[in-house]
Amino acid sequence: MARRRWLRTVVGVVLTALMLFPLYWMINVSFTKDNRMRKSPPDLLPVHGTLAGYRAVMHQQLPYLATSLVVALGTVIVTVVLAAPAGYSLAKLRPRGRGALTFLLLIVQMIPAIIMAFGFYAIYLRLGVLNTIPGLIVADSTIAIPFAVLIFTAFMSGIPGELLQAAEIDGAGTLRRFLSVVLPVSRNAVVTVSLFAFLWSWSDFVFASTLDISGHHQPITLGIYHYIGNNNQQWNAIMATAVVASIPAAVLLVLAQRYVAAGVTAGAVKD
Amino acid sequence: MNETTGSALPVSDRGVAGAAENAPATRGRLNRHAMTRQLAAWGFVLPVTVYLLLFYGWPLYRNIDLSLRHYTVRSFVQGGAKFVGLQNYRTIFHDPTFLPALEHTAIFTAASLFFQFSIGMVLALFFFQHFKLARTLRALFLVPWLLPLIVSASTWSWMLNSDSGVVNAALGVVGVGPVHWLTSPTWALTSVTIANIWIGIPFNLVLLHSGLQSISSDVYEAASLDGAGSWKRFWLVTFPLLRPVSAITLLLGLVYTLKVFDIIWIMTRGGPADASTTLATYSYQLGFGTLLPQFDTGAAVGNVLILIALVFGLAYIRAQRKAAA
Repeated sequence: MARRRWLRTVVGVVLTALMLFPLYWMINVSFTKDNRMRKSPPDLLPVHGTLAGYRAVMHQQLPYLATSLVVALGTVIVTVVLAAPAGYSLAKLRPRGRGALTFLLLIVQMIPAIIMAFGFYAIYLRLGVLNTIPGLIVADSTIAIPFAVLIFTAFMSGIPGELLQAAEIDGAGTLRRFLSVVLPVSRNAVVTVSLFAFLWSWSDFVFASTLDISGHHQPITLGIYHYIGNNNQQWNAIMATAVVASIPAAVLLVLAQRYVAAGVTAGAVKD
Repeated sequence: MNETTGSALPVSDRGVAGAAENAPATRGRLNRHAMTRQLAAWGFVLPVTVYLLLFYGWPLYRNIDLSLRHYTVRSFVQGGAKFVGLQNYRTIFHDPTFLPALEHTAIFTAASLFFQFSIGMVLALFFFQHFKLARTLRALFLVPWLLPLIVSASTWSWMLNSDSGVVNAALGVVGVGPVHWLTSPTWALTSVTIANIWIGIPFNLVLLHSGLQSISSDVYEAASLDGAGSWKRFWLVTFPLLRPVSAITLLLGLVYTLKVFDIIWIMTRGGPADASTTLATYSYQLGFGTLLPQFDTGAAVGNVLILIALVFGLAYIRAQRKAAA
């Protein structure tokens, strides 16, 4: 029995290694010297490694990373500020037409971002907000907000009614109950929503490449895209940028693993 | 915000909703209270509603409008484009790229779903067993799904490079000649599909794993007492019980896959010679991929894609309601 368990662990490790091989390869290539890049067969380990790729990141990609950080944080704020009150209302205040609103929130998630990009482009061009950070934040938030409202609604439905009644008897109005009772106990939902809003916005390429392609401040996804387009040969720099761009995902997975798994399932299956 | 004064009402929200809807006799007194409640309730959802109208409604309306007019770069900037009805749709249906794009979308989606789901299912069953590190390893499987798509796509591009890619190097070891993964029309669609399957496996694994967890262990015990082997147990017990979760996973996966654009665009730009063009990349190509953008036909292709996505989206919502009931 114990041996079978060990065998499973071994199989599990092998499967995980296979699955994560592309990531290993990304890291390996990021340390590979230019003159060994096209060697056949390729080096399986970065034995003659170089930091040139990462030096290129430091010199060329920092502004892109900063923009991504600003855009992602902006998206998180917009998402939480708009979605949390809506979730509270849908879960506890029973506004008329909530069925229609929930349905709408589900439906809009099906719309491909490319198509939204066409409409946004036409509108932004007129309003003169093409290639601006606020414009990109608004567009990116459309990826996260419907999901966020549904997560908040699901979570806040679980808040015991007695808790809110007690606050109401103490004379707390709806807003007060929301701010000092509902929000504090919804910390987990806030973390989950923020995490996904951050990741999606950080990873966005569609809106960036349509609405911000000539901007002064461009996100890291465009940084990588320009790299691929311009200097096809410097794959260590491209992969080093890719490694750096993956850091938020890795950090969040380590720090907030349970929120990640919760978010993946909560978006799809209601318990 | 002080609507609590003199509350003789049942405080539970269910009570209030019920009272507001079903008790015409006590209307006078209840009405005002119910109204304030409704106002407060709507105050909280108003921002999101306005947001939806502005940032979903308006772009979508603009998109439909784009597809019904004839735009030049000039009229796009200055306005005054001519209304041409369904002309743009006729144009794209007769465009030699449209049918192949539709076909590629179907193949890309079907192949991605089939492999993501079956591999995800096998992995979910595997990780459902108890062994050391199971949780940690399962968490690590999530990484590909969390990475920016451009990261995954560019990594796969380099791995599949004809001359210097690690995949061809590995194939060379077993004596298979170099495959032109991204540069030959025969392989381009397969290559982007492989990358997309890799990205989608974690999502299927997590959903199916949570589905397995919700099946009571009694069922398994009963089945094994009946002497069912593990193969039989899967097909006779687990699989049927997983059907609602499976339906949701597949439909949601389908909607996600129809949307996939980044991976294909970054790996092949839909090429070579449109060999890996899907509706999503075709639409982007028309509107943003050339020096002479055609927003009108691009938007029309986009609207066709929305229609397809909505059909399956509605099916998903139905499946979800059924699973919840």
